[in-house]
Amino acid sequence: MRLRKKTRERLFIASFLAGPLAVYIVFVIWPYIETFGYSLTEWTGVAPPSKVVGLKNYTALMHDSVFLKALWHNVEILVFFPTVTIILAMFFAFMLNVGGRRGGVGGVRGVPGSAVYRVVFFFPQVLSVAILIILFQAAFETNDAGLFNGIAIKLRLTDADHPWEFLNSPAFVVWCIMFILVWQWVGFYLVLFSAAMQQIPKDYYEAALLDGAGRIQTYFKVTMPLLWDSVQTAWVYLAVAAMDAFALVANLTPGSNFGGGPDNHGEVLATYLMRNFQTFGKAGYACAMGVVIFFITLILSLAVLRLTRRERLEY
Amino acid sequence: MSEHGLPADVSRRQLLIRSAAIAAMAGPGSALAAGCAAGSGSAPKSTASSGGSSTGTASSDPANPFGVKASAPLDVYIFKGGYGDQYAKAFEDMYKKRFPGSNVSHKGAQDVTGDLQPRFNAGSPPDVIDDSGAKQLKLDVLNRGGQLTNLDQLLDAPSVDDPGKKVRDTLLPGTVEIGLLGSSMYFLSYAFTVWGLWYSSTLFQKNGWQIPKTWEEFMTLCAAIKGTGMAPFCHQGKYPYYMMVPLMDMVAKNGGPQVQAAIDNLEPNAWKSDAVKNSVEALYMLVDKGYMLPGTEGLTHIQSQTQWNQGKAAIIPCGSWLENEQLDATPADFGMAVFAMPSLTGDKMPRTAIRAGAGEPFIVPAKAKNQAGGLEFLRIMCSKAAGASFAQKANSLSVVKDAITPEIAAGLKPGTKSSNDLYNAANGQIITWYYLNWYSQMKDDLENAMSQLMADKIKPDEFIARAQKAADTCAADSSIQKSKRPAT
Repeated sequence: MRLRKKTRERLFIASFLAGPLAVYIVFVIWPYIETFGYSLTEWTGVAPPSKVVGLKNYTALMHDSVFLKALWHNVEILVFFPTVTIILAMFFAFMLNVGGRRGGVGGVRGVPGSAVYRVVFFFPQVLSVAILIILFQAAFETNDAGLFNGIAIKLRLTDADHPWEFLNSPAFVVWCIMFILVWQWVGFYLVLFSAAMQQIPKDYYEAALLDGAGRIQTYFKVTMPLLWDSVQTAWVYLAVAAMDAFALVANLTPGSNFGGGPDNHGEVLATYLMRNFQTFGKAGYACAMGVVIFFITLILSLAVLRLTRRERLEY
Repeated sequence: MSEHGLPADVSRRQLLIRSAAIAAMAGPGSALAAGCAAGSGSAPKSTASSGGSSTGTASSDPANPFGVKASAPLDVYIFKGGYGDQYAKAFEDMYKKRFPGSNVSHKGAQDVTGDLQPRFNAGSPPDVIDDSGAKQLKLDVLNRGGQLTNLDQLLDAPSVDDPGKKVRDTLLPGTVEIGLLGSSMYFLSYAFTVWGLWYSSTLFQKNGWQIPKTWEEFMTLCAAIKGTGMAPFCHQGKYPYYMMVPLMDMVAKNGGPQVQAAIDNLEPNAWKSDAVKNSVEALYMLVDKGYMLPGTEGLTHIQSQTQWNQGKAAIIPCGSWLENEQLDATPADFGMAVFAMPSLTGDKMPRTAIRAGAGEPFIVPAKAKNQAGGLEFLRIMCSKAAGASFAQKANSLSVVKDAITPEIAAGLKPGTKSSNDLYNAANGQIITWYYLNWYSQMKDDLENAMSQLMADKIKPDEFIARAQKAADTCAADSSIQKSKRPAT
């Protein structure tokens, strides 16, 4: 029997995808299914699960005040970190590409020295997280040897006997982590938005200019709408990063096992999960957390894509 | 470049949806998924077979009490931390000398959990593990999973040095006790550590400061130190377990065995005792009277210890690895030394009593292929030759009695010498807490409360209430295996 052309085409494509798909199923999909299975058991993590407990781990989660606190911190990060990062990155990208004085091609160019700024802003992305951690460990040090405290003390905002606590402060620890996250990611999205801005035809700007639009109007009426796809991508990725934040919290915040301090005030879901998994020997419970985080992240990603759906303009 | 970024029929939107799904998958859960690769659980069978091979062929030959097959390979995993792993290679050479036919494989690394959790789950762990460091596999958790070999048979085996003696009698006091889970020993903690309050003897001499014997004297000393503009005390605030040691030393001294038993056995209201109240209130004075180095509650161990080395603070609590850890930061004429926690009124233990004990736990997995070889390796470690070798290669005392000859002792550094003196002065009065190894989550809860007490965010009353709640929560959790503190 002769297969239809369309079917043959699909089979041909499938034959290429089979290998990667198998790898994906074995190393990504299967562990997720396994994790869900383990989440229904009482499991120490070092021997096969001892018994099936049904949804007990999930009901326990709902009454675990540390888990709820960690979830709240992730929500805080989720709200502020992507918003601030995108706004800053957009602003900088605009200044580097369009924000300069009139002139250049189509009357559009960046501020003087924008080539240098572009490289400088990208620096944090080049550093590995390990270096970042050492850097901010020193910057946030809770005495006059720390960069920020040193400056604050020099400026007489505080004195050497009352250094700011930063990562050891229950009220500010999450904000310090967010500060680092923003610092780390602005450069990347600046480059992403810059690339997208350079795709916008210059004649649009020229037209806007001829119509008498100022810089701010150009930004809001021309640039932003045309960047929508990139912003959407940024939202999804930043939201996923906000649900994680593991490396920074585990290494920078106080506490012996994956940080999370002081006194759980810096806790995020990922660190609490790891502490239960590896330190407390409650691996089944930790798996239940993993499943919850997975669904939150998935729903979030889909929601962002739905909510930001717009008409696209081809150019 | 094309004016039209993408071919019209390939929707960028679809690409996005796919990449979003992948990103969601690669979120925080992926770390967990990697660790979840547990085996399908053929556990009971392998336990039976390996158990059989060790106990079944156990001989009464004092030179080979566990009946090691000379040809069986031995798989050794060493945590390569502050002590390095050179010392272990020396032990392996000693093993190879006894069993020339065996092939000993050695691995020295830091990520114990990452390396070994999958192997435990798959039922093929190494034969000997130095299970230490930040990524340690928790011993209470391993034991709950039935993964540890009972080491009582090691304790009752004849010593390498003198077949007339049992291994049990060649170890420093406290070694067996610290290794207990339930009523049997499951891990051999090998490095011997002394805890106390550390100071610069040069600085103390220069100012004519005396070592305080009582808490009142200590407070007077702190006032004097503060008078010179120096902070009297600092600690490794980012890791609150450091400050738990002075506190629990004071509780042990003030409360004696009864209070210790009540706390370790998770008895109701154990933390409401007078001993706990006296100790917490005394310790809180350091915060309340402003004797702490400003900001010390947020410093890492290295940051705070370096401040102490630089003379910003006079006293710091720590274990005797401090000297090795601070080798590069310590000025040449520092004269590092250590003293015991000062006494409170009504103490039930002498002032010289100290926290000292064995750290660096070695285990033999229950499912080890060469379980007998693993036990024999530990027996060799308990010989005097091994103890001396450890002192030379790892710069630390070991739990082996009388292993340090006068020649070795002569080469000790000031801090190590001082800790040795401190241990001798204690004259066997050693403080031991068991909950530290038994109840990981309670330990963590206590540390959280301690961080808040030291940051002056809570008062002693609330610390005690939180400690009691942590103990009650632990006692009520049926998934946690409970142990009983041995009677002294």
